[in-house]
Amino acid sequence: MNIIVCIKQVPDTTEVRLDPVKGTLIRQDVPSIMNPDDKAGLEAALRLKDERGAHVTVISMGPRQADAVLREALAMGADEAYLITDSAFSGADTWATSSTLAAAISKLDYDLIITGRQAIDGDTAQVGPETAEHLGIPHISYCEELQIEGNEVVVKRQFEDRYQIVSAKMPALITALGELNKPRYMTPGGIFEAYREKEVIVWSRNDVPVEDENIGLKGSPTRVIKTNPKKLKQPGTVIETGVDESVQYLVEKLKEKYIL
Amino acid sequence: MDFYLSKEHLMAKQLFNDFAVNEVEPWAEETDEFHRFPWEVVHKMQEVGLLGIPFPKELGGQGCDTLVYILAVEEISKVCATSGVILSAHTSLAADAIYMHGTDEQKEKFLRPLIDGRKLGSFALTEAEAGTDAAGQQTKAVRDGDEWLINGSKIFITNAQVADTYVVFAMTDKAAGTRGISAFIIEKGTPGFTFGPPEKKMGIRGSSTCELIFEDCRIPIGNLLGREGKGFGIAMSTLDGGRIGIAAQALGIAEGALEKTVQYVKERKQFNSPIAKFQNTQFVLAQMKTDIEAVRWLVYHAALKKDSGKPFSNEAAMAKLKASQVASDVTRECVQLHGGYGFIQGFHVERMMRDAKITEIYEGTSEVMKMVISASLLK
Repeated sequence: MNIIVCIKQVPDTTEVRLDPVKGTLIRQDVPSIMNPDDKAGLEAALRLKDERGAHVTVISMGPRQADAVLREALAMGADEAYLITDSAFSGADTWATSSTLAAAISKLDYDLIITGRQAIDGDTAQVGPETAEHLGIPHISYCEELQIEGNEVVVKRQFEDRYQIVSAKMPALITALGELNKPRYMTPGGIFEAYREKEVIVWSRNDVPVEDENIGLKGSPTRVIKTNPKKLKQPGTVIETGVDESVQYLVEKLKEKYIL
Repeated sequence: MDFYLSKEHLMAKQLFNDFAVNEVEPWAEETDEFHRFPWEVVHKMQEVGLLGIPFPKELGGQGCDTLVYILAVEEISKVCATSGVILSAHTSLAADAIYMHGTDEQKEKFLRPLIDGRKLGSFALTEAEAGTDAAGQQTKAVRDGDEWLINGSKIFITNAQVADTYVVFAMTDKAAGTRGISAFIIEKGTPGFTFGPPEKKMGIRGSSTCELIFEDCRIPIGNLLGREGKGFGIAMSTLDGGRIGIAAQALGIAEGALEKTVQYVKERKQFNSPIAKFQNTQFVLAQMKTDIEAVRWLVYHAALKKDSGKPFSNEAAMAKLKASQVASDVTRECVQLHGGYGFIQGFHVERMMRDAKITEIYEGTSEVMKMVISASLLK
């Protein structure tokens, strides 16, 4: 069984601060990590490999530095790694990213593709499903449990207040939730192998069979006009009165704000 | 030549940092307070391959170098010195002694289970009357047919009750002095091999320390490690490696205490200002950071020297001497910057100050380190 896991290198948003004047992210000194949902997807693939045997390939589109997350994936136990990198691909939105990824994946063998639900730096949750559409295969998003039954992948798909059990014939794509599992640690020996024995195969523009109009900034229909940082809310007011008076007070306040 | 860690060493350091924060630190206070051996941490270390870092993959190890192992001891000791010494005694004393001096058969039988994480190791040299003067061994080993008959006892042994495999030194020819010492591999459960009560210690309280007692303990002749009469050399060369591990433990303790203190001085207010704003605090922090960075390169250099295959006793001795001094000084200053809270359990630096002291004593006292270093100057 061949599994491809798409991973993205992202800034660790728990350590990102906003520039209060410009409203932009201060990226300086922020460590880069493997996107948590993607890491859960990789762990799911590695568990399938442990249980039934599988060849796990990781693929990332990003700058050269994304090499680090691919090495991390190799150190966790992935078999093969591809980095899709070229200035022609930069500035891509989800359309251009998924077009590029799908074109690269089309050159590889796969039964199952796993992507994270969404990346913590963009939170769009679009690249996984779009990639499946470009490849013309079924996809199941928001996977919180999965198993393989024959030539089908069976997924417990999470909703806010319920879940669905959905199956799809492979080849198929699923998008993984962070809750899917607790990813394993790398091993020290795995790290040495990842750097000294394995290689990250680099694909540039000409290695990826995708049309010019679907890549990079030019191939991206999305335009960001402006970003606004969230304003801090005013501190609340504490009113200490009896029950009847509180109700009265609340009703007046709600009317004042035209909510009632 | 440069002073930067390679990408693989940096990634390993990151792994050990994550491991320490998520798997070790949550147990650190309890380990100390109740003198409780942190089995949860040891099982996790087994799972992630931390018990066989610098040994070849063919033997079940991780195939990494001494520097990676040192980074593991350092990062783990930042949050829990007890866990640091468990790893260090297992790796650089027990496993390394067998790796360096064992036969292929001994490596297969005793070393593989140690470094693939199934078993824990221990190293027993010190006796009641033979500390720094290791030649004063009283424990005897007498050849009796196909067996060695061991009688005597060892004290202050790290990983004592929890280990499975022990490297033990004993006199095979009392008259020959240091040339009459031999090394043996003894397994837990061998009849005649028992333990004394656990010691109550000032620091590294979760680590298991007690006496090993041998009363007519019979082991197969195949358990002699190295040649008969060569035990003293085996002990000394093994301790050279062990000292780099302890130096890394000391470095980690100092770094851990400094991290906690930097956080504390930013929060603690006196005279309407965080105490970080006071120049006394700033100067003390600056001095500590500088001492720690100086020690880091002594320790890493000793590790690189060991891997180069060249003699490294001096580098190991200098690293341990300085690192242990800095660990004691830094933790004491950190307690002082914490004021009254530094004296209270739960603020970590109190534990770290107690833990630091042993690094000036075990695997050769600071005075022994000075003997080693000066001997090389005055030869």
